[in-house]
Amino acid sequence: MSDVADRVKKIVVEHLGVEEDKVTENASFIDDLGADSLDTVELVMAFEEEFGIEIPDDAAETIQTFGDAVKFITEAS
Amino acid sequence: MFDLMGKTALITGASGGIGGAIAKALHGAGATVALSGTREAPLQELAAELGERTFVLPCNLSDAAEVEALPKRAAEAMGSVDILVNNAGITRDNLFMRMSDDEWQSVLDVNLTAAMKLSKGVMRGMMKARWGRIVNISSIVGATGNPGQANYAAAKAGLIGMSKSLAYEVASRGITVNAVAPGFIATPMTDKLTDDQKAKIDAQIPAGRMGQPEEIAAAVLYLASPEAGYVTGATLHVNGGMAML
Repeated sequence: MSDVADRVKKIVVEHLGVEEDKVTENASFIDDLGADSLDTVELVMAFEEEFGIEIPDDAAETIQTFGDAVKFITEAS
Repeated sequence: MFDLMGKTALITGASGGIGGAIAKALHGAGATVALSGTREAPLQELAAELGERTFVLPCNLSDAAEVEALPKRAAEAMGSVDILVNNAGITRDNLFMRMSDDEWQSVLDVNLTAAMKLSKGVMRGMMKARWGRIVNISSIVGATGNPGQANYAAAKAGLIGMSKSLAYEVASRGITVNAVAPGFIATPMTDKLTDDQKAKIDAQIPAGRMGQPEEIAAAVLYLASPEAGYVTGATLHVNGGMAML
């Protein structure tokens, strides 16, 4: 697993309080990991800070799963 | 009670009568305050009076770029913004039939849109801190309406709707959003009324007098305090009984 994926996973586990093995490629933050819509906003904020990038609102809306997040951040950073 | 030591507060319209009283009250409870307003001289005067834990951040809220920049400037100056008081407001009174688009828009921009942008700008820090207070200064007019003030009443009612919606969204993060709705308050603006006009106004107020800016500030201080942590989405009417809502 890439360094980006590890760091993203760490943030997701800490923020949502889920088991690490639940955070799989296709795991949806809302449907599978118990996030509410505000949690997803906070996750995006945390990704921005961890990776020093800016994630615009329209892009943030497309980040639904762990895999989406890793893909977006890998491309952006 | 109402200890704001270590908290930071951004107050817009701090050059006015009510805004100045709010700044004094929060500062008096121990908060570090950022005083914002269009006129720098009265802000500097107030800052000199308050002494330490005070920053002056002039800002024209009708300028969108300045509005966007203000939360960042405040956070840079104070380290954070724990409390935001959206107090700034303008009037452009006119009969509805004669009200221009510009009179409508300029009041909505400053009284409502700027409050939205500033609230958005401070929200990230509050969410991370799991603590925040937003107090929007509405008006009795937002609830009752007032001839000649369709724009102002719309903006002030809008603030209440915005406060309630935002209160829902961020309550789980330890952030409260409330409104204070002043009635007639004795400020330089109402000083210009004639004694006859004042007497007529007083007659409509069960308390028999206009309110003092400090009486609005006390309501804001309460809503900004840790003690008011369970109060959110509320509108606190401070109007001497003029409208019992």
